[in-house]
Amino acid sequence: MKARAFSYFRATTIDQALDAHARAGDDARFIAGGQSLVPALSLRLQAPRLLIDITHIDELRGVRREGGHLRIGALTRHCEMLSEPLIAEFAPLLAAAAPFVAHPAIRNRGTFGGSVALADPASEFPAMTLALDAEIEIAGPSGRRRIKADDFFIDLFETALQPGELITAIHIPLFKADQRFAFDELARRRGDYALVGCGIMATLTGRRIDDVRISFFSVGNTPTRVKGAEATLIGSGLDAERIAAAQGALEGDLAPPESDEVPPAMRLHLARVLLGRLLGRLGEDA
Amino acid sequence: MSTPLTSLDRPNSYIGRSVPRPNAKRLLAGRGRYVSDLKLPRMLHAAFLRSPHAHAKIVAIHADEARALEGVHLVATGTDLAGICAPWTGTLDHFKGMTSAPQLPLPLDRVVWAGQAVVAVVAESRAIAEDALELIEVDYADLPVVVDIDSAREVGGPLINPGSAHNTCFRSQLDSGSVDDAFAHAAHVVEEEFSFGRHTAVTLEPRAIVADYDPAAGMLTVHHGTQTPYQFQDLYSRHYGIPEARVRVIASDIGGSFGMKLHVYHEDMAVVGLSILLGRPVKYVADRMESFVSDIHARDHRVRARMALDAKGEILAMDVEDLTAIGAFSTYPRTSVVEGNQVIRLIGAPYRFKNYRATLEVIFQNKVQTSQYRAVGHPIACAVTERLVDMAASKIGLDPFAIRGQNVIPDDAYPQTSPTGYRFEALSHQACLKRLHEIMDYDGLRAEQAALRKRGVYRGIGIATFVEITNPSPAFYGVGGARISSQDGAILSLTPSGEVRCLISVTEQGQGTEAIISQIVADQLGIAQERVKVITGDTEVTPHGGATWACRGAGIGGETALQATRALKRNILEIAALILQEQPSALDIVDGEVVDAVTRKPRLPIAEIARIAYFRSDTLPPGTQAQLTVSHHFAPQGYPFAFTNGIQGCALEVDVETGLVKLLRHFIVEDCGRVINPMLVDEQLRGGIVQGLGAALFEECRYSDTGQLMNGSLADYLVPMPMEMPDIVIAHVETPTADTVLGAKGVGEAGTAAASACVLNAVNDALAPFDATINSIPITPAKVLKALKRF
Ligand SMILES: Cc1cc2nc3c(=O)[nH]c(=O)nc-3n(C[C@H](O)[C@H](O)[C@H](O)COP(=O)(O)OP(=O)(O)OC[C@H]3O[C@@H](n4cnc5c(N)ncnc54)[C@H](O)[C@@H]3O)c2cc1C
Repeated sequence: MKARAFSYFRATTIDQALDAHARAGDDARFIAGGQSLVPALSLRLQAPRLLIDITHIDELRGVRREGGHLRIGALTRHCEMLSEPLIAEFAPLLAAAAPFVAHPAIRNRGTFGGSVALADPASEFPAMTLALDAEIEIAGPSGRRRIKADDFFIDLFETALQPGELITAIHIPLFKADQRFAFDELARRRGDYALVGCGIMATLTGRRIDDVRISFFSVGNTPTRVKGAEATLIGSGLDAERIAAAQGALEGDLAPPESDEVPPAMRLHLARVLLGRLLGRLGEDA
Repeated sequence: MSTPLTSLDRPNSYIGRSVPRPNAKRLLAGRGRYVSDLKLPRMLHAAFLRSPHAHAKIVAIHADEARALEGVHLVATGTDLAGICAPWTGTLDHFKGMTSAPQLPLPLDRVVWAGQAVVAVVAESRAIAEDALELIEVDYADLPVVVDIDSAREVGGPLINPGSAHNTCFRSQLDSGSVDDAFAHAAHVVEEEFSFGRHTAVTLEPRAIVADYDPAAGMLTVHHGTQTPYQFQDLYSRHYGIPEARVRVIASDIGGSFGMKLHVYHEDMAVVGLSILLGRPVKYVADRMESFVSDIHARDHRVRARMALDAKGEILAMDVEDLTAIGAFSTYPRTSVVEGNQVIRLIGAPYRFKNYRATLEVIFQNKVQTSQYRAVGHPIACAVTERLVDMAASKIGLDPFAIRGQNVIPDDAYPQTSPTGYRFEALSHQACLKRLHEIMDYDGLRAEQAALRKRGVYRGIGIATFVEITNPSPAFYGVGGARISSQDGAILSLTPSGEVRCLISVTEQGQGTEAIISQIVADQLGIAQERVKVITGDTEVTPHGGATWACRGAGIGGETALQATRALKRNILEIAALILQEQPSALDIVDGEVVDAVTRKPRLPIAEIARIAYFRSDTLPPGTQAQLTVSHHFAPQGYPFAFTNGIQGCALEVDVETGLVKLLRHFIVEDCGRVINPMLVDEQLRGGIVQGLGAALFEECRYSDTGQLMNGSLADYLVPMPMEMPDIVIAHVETPTADTVLGAKGVGEAGTAAASACVLNAVNDALAPFDATINSIPITPAKVLKALKRF
């Protein structure tokens, strides 16, 4: 299939990009890695009049420390999650998730900002922003703002991003010595969107969990934090009984959708299995 | 250390040698010439509007806006093409009583599956053609949809073909021996109902065609990504009323076919008609989404089968019912009943028992057509048989190897006729079983399995014997009235420089046909393989023949090349004898030199013979007419099919909490008769096994209740990928057929035939400690978890 004809504009500054979008009304799309947008264009699921290429905007690039945060530019590519030393040191959960995102050719082009903006509920990175308590940095026609990941994902492919707004960076609190993380997903083939996936960030004193954020993907309309399961774990050690309680709490946290291939009960079962395995791993590390 | 010399070390002894494919480098370097890449002057592009409904009346088509779009040359509907194309019907006479409705390139008043092409647009570019599709509106009136096998068979239910009283395409019955009696007296009976999901070929290059009708010459040239150019030459000629000699079909490089590109597709027929209507070349390349809803699918069987055994584990009888749903039409010209027919005829084939009964019912439904795809029927027959054998073994307390060893037809008992009437010349089940046991380290695997089970790790080991149909004679299609050749032809020339050009009717789809033909020619003539050029796939150039399908390329095409080469060699030696004043019998050819047959002393390069014959015929004795081009045709005789056999084994691990299956290792011992190129044979086996493993664990076309394909993209239809594929260990037993000099049988489908059966047995073996069994392919995590009652 061939995309419908569109115009193309290459922006080199954020203002240029925002301006071009404003002038095109709603009939424009930013294009970053193109790994989700181009297939959608080819399938004619989307047919904007204008594509605004944001990949030449320097401000959207780079990974650097800013106070207690790591600022990861929106254009940071999936493959850089695997190679960037600052990410390995200060946001290792992202580095752990990256090998599970698609395949090398896609990781070479796909961007962190694009993944978060798209907010595919089956994607690894959007869910990890929840586990990491990240903040999304946004530039738009009405100025710049920052929003907590917790408040960003609203519904299926729907986020707090307003039309014409651009994600400029994602801020991650620096990984600390008393923190542990775990990531895994269940997929029928390596590189596929997962049947269910999960990332965990925990702060421990000895074996006691002081704080934990657990985020699932491929379980519903949005990446999903499981606050019920989190609550069962805080203040306790990672013994079999606690793990079972956290697994049990998932029933209240998750409401998997109907699907012809993975019935809701099966997905819930898989989520429990995965959570059990990840908490077991955290326990071994602690 | 030097190894002893073997017959392979003779100069030019290429048969049995792993030589690389001459075309591999060209394809790897991106120099392939695929129809998808072809651009002709004045070429236009076709796109098709497809039905969103599985069954509906076409009430009206509104296409004026599309016709008016700039760059659009033609918008054609069913009526436009029906005026110039004779309809076709996918039945064959030897399938007694089968029916199927006539078909046209585009439907006149009714659509019968979701995705069926309804309107064609031809435009300057594919993008413009697709823009025009968005401007067409079709009014449909829904008709009741028949999707699953049971509702299709309901008496009084909706009918797919209005003229017909039911949705049955074909029924067949086999009955030999005394089945009821055997079951009545059996010590053990095992029984199971199996289901096999629909899947499809997913070739790397989708279907592609460029039709180029020249009204001035009255000549149709079709560049067609197909295995069978001659079949299509015949069909285009007869359905469009163009004399055969004025139809040329060129099948250049093809990005995979696996049987899928053998069949008549509505779009392809339409494209030929569009080119005739416009007098310009028209190109159509299916995109991936279109492939999923319009390429043939395969399998989709439900089989209930039981097996009777005596107290010692001797198989006494089998009783089988196969129900298969094939879509709304039977495909043309090979039909959609061959798969079911092969299922019921291949079940039980490796074993000795004589009491066999089977019924086959082939049913219409509102889905895309099914038809022949790699290993037609074999995986189903094999899975049903081999699973029942394993069930029997565990019931009686026999090891899977032991029960098979006891029941296979012994290697020294041939020839044999199966209870379904198949005649086996010589098979090697016992030798293959023995070899598999060794290469698997079966006892080691079992010990490891037992040790791991204690730690909660569930490994499974599975084996599956199989018989494969290859080298089909006219008994396959010809007797049914299909104009599909079972013979092949070759034209061989010695060039003026002493090289050989071989034009042959078998075709190349990436399996290495051209490589093995050049090996055979070089070997038989006595020249270096590099000096043989093989040309395939152009009806204007190569002689008429069956081409490549049903594992006939090596066995039939190879023998054709062998016979043709021997004829050319006789002619060369005749001229050599005149020049050297010798008897032809005193001479031979080695490495491009005519030599003394006894002393092997070089006498004269064949290049010199060619030079004299072509340029200095005046120096030859008067009356000599050198014949340095020969043509030869070969049709298989003797056994109607060359059956091959083998056995596969696999080791895997089931994660009993997630239902995910990890393939650890796969094994095959295969007997395809004479191995011409071990490397190519092994790669055929590996590729075939991977396709079978895809079927076992991943591939399935899933439909909704309303007949919509739910997973028609590569994101959702899972093909096997390298990370999930195990290492594959291969061994051979060679039992050449005596029907040909070459002795080669086919090998292309052997891998696919038993791989899924093997995995089915292994998964059930892994689940043995639980009260859980799997009887359905593909084996998905959902099915495994369901069987384990985990949700
Ligand atoms: C075969 C295949 C397999 C894949 N598998 C996976 C997988 O397993 N897991 C996974 O997570 N992803 C997967 N992906 C998707 C991939 O990760 C995408 O790259 C990612 O989802 C989008 O990033 P992108 O930069 O390519 O965005 P684009 O495709 O360029 O854009 C996607 C959307 O985001 C918008 N957008 C992009 N950047 C910004 C920005 N800075 N601000 C605001 N809006 C923006 C665009 O306008 C568009 O609407 C797969 C893709 C393919 C093709």
